[in-house]
Amino acid sequence: MNIITSTLAIVSKDVRSELRTRYAMNALLMFVVTSVATILFALREDEVSTEVLSGMFWVVVFFTAMSGLSRIFVSEEERGTTMTLQLIASPSIVYFGKLIFNCGLTLVLSSAVTILYIAVFPAFVIKSMGIFILTIFLGSLGFAAAATIIAAIIAKANTKGTLYPVLSFPILIPLLMTVMKSTARALDGEMFIAAMSEFQILVSYLMIMIAGSYLLFDYVWKE
Amino acid sequence: MRFIKYSSIAFITFVILAGIAIPMVPQPQSWLEFPIIPGLEEKARNIFFHVPIAWVSVLGFIFALYYGFRYLRTKDFDYDIKSVSSAGLGMMFCILATVTGSIWAKFNWGSFWNWDPRETSIFILLLIYGAYFALRSALGQEEVRARLSAVYSILAGLTAPFFIFIMPRIVGGLHPGAKGDTAGSTPMAQLHMPPNMRFVFLIGIIGFSLLFVWLLNMRVRIARIEYQISKKEN
Repeated sequence: MNIITSTLAIVSKDVRSELRTRYAMNALLMFVVTSVATILFALREDEVSTEVLSGMFWVVVFFTAMSGLSRIFVSEEERGTTMTLQLIASPSIVYFGKLIFNCGLTLVLSSAVTILYIAVFPAFVIKSMGIFILTIFLGSLGFAAAATIIAAIIAKANTKGTLYPVLSFPILIPLLMTVMKSTARALDGEMFIAAMSEFQILVSYLMIMIAGSYLLFDYVWKE
Repeated sequence: MRFIKYSSIAFITFVILAGIAIPMVPQPQSWLEFPIIPGLEEKARNIFFHVPIAWVSVLGFIFALYYGFRYLRTKDFDYDIKSVSSAGLGMMFCILATVTGSIWAKFNWGSFWNWDPRETSIFILLLIYGAYFALRSALGQEEVRARLSAVYSILAGLTAPFFIFIMPRIVGGLHPGAKGDTAGSTPMAQLHMPPNMRFVFLIGIIGFSLLFVWLLNMRVRIARIEYQISKKEN
């Protein structure tokens, strides 16, 4: 089997097991609904600025992602299937398979948050669609890239749930600061060219994270 | 090591004496006088202590990363001992840098914390150190602990360019070298100091770096003994 088909085989295996249990999807969507509802209670009557809204947007995405993205490696560890996976595929194939699955999950997640935000916050009006879509896309991919390697690390630890956001947050800060800024630009209706420096940062972050994880994954994965 | 020990003591003693005793005057005439920097006045003396301490907290992380990298290459457990000892020291200096900087900021910029890019960076460094030790305490097996904490330190090191080069450019700040600073926005702020101040400052950097090497050496030796004892007990 060549690299692409085996990577896709890993992805389709994860998608199928996800569709059978619907664990991650259901839990994540409920998490999104509850956290947006909490924010809504707090900001009921207020006129909120675009900075606050875009900040809150990524706070929801961050904590939802932190509650669900570690599943990808933790579930292998819990079901005791890590060894099998180590035998049948090379580490880089496993890594890219898991990365693609997590990317898909994060994209679904941030789209769900977007739809919910548009529905419930009257002030959340996307004035520059181009900036917004590209930010969501690159931001989600960057999120997934950093979250996947950290998930592989914490799958071996004793306290998985609490440790995940603790380890991910320092790594994700450059990304979070950038996407918050560029989402605020999209809500303010700025020109596409104004957000160019943010996109450059997002692309370089994505590249660095994927390249670094690819090189380091061998050490995490192999016993 | 004895040479490093005594020279670090000598250098730091010199910095403490010179940094505190040399008077600050509006128009310095001789080399034994510092000029008064408007807005900073006597508070400028903190630069001889705060900046070297902040530098050492970064040095501690670089050493931890380097030894972690060596551990992954060689699987020699001694490198893990060096890595964790260095991270522990770095964390201590990081807390010291945060505290000294925060006090300086209160009296100079009006509040303890301003989220200026460099303050954010040191805060993130503190978070990284915290996460590193949280990860270590959550991993039971020695070999797994050494391996994964080395991976995490390298991964955290990968984000460093964003804090050093990119963030100071896009977020306005108060430290020298930030966006909007006319003195130039190079990553390492250029030293705009008179020669005698610069001399004391550089001696401070060297002295504190040597102090770090000395302390690291002591910690590594203690950790090696503890490791051997724990092996014998099992």
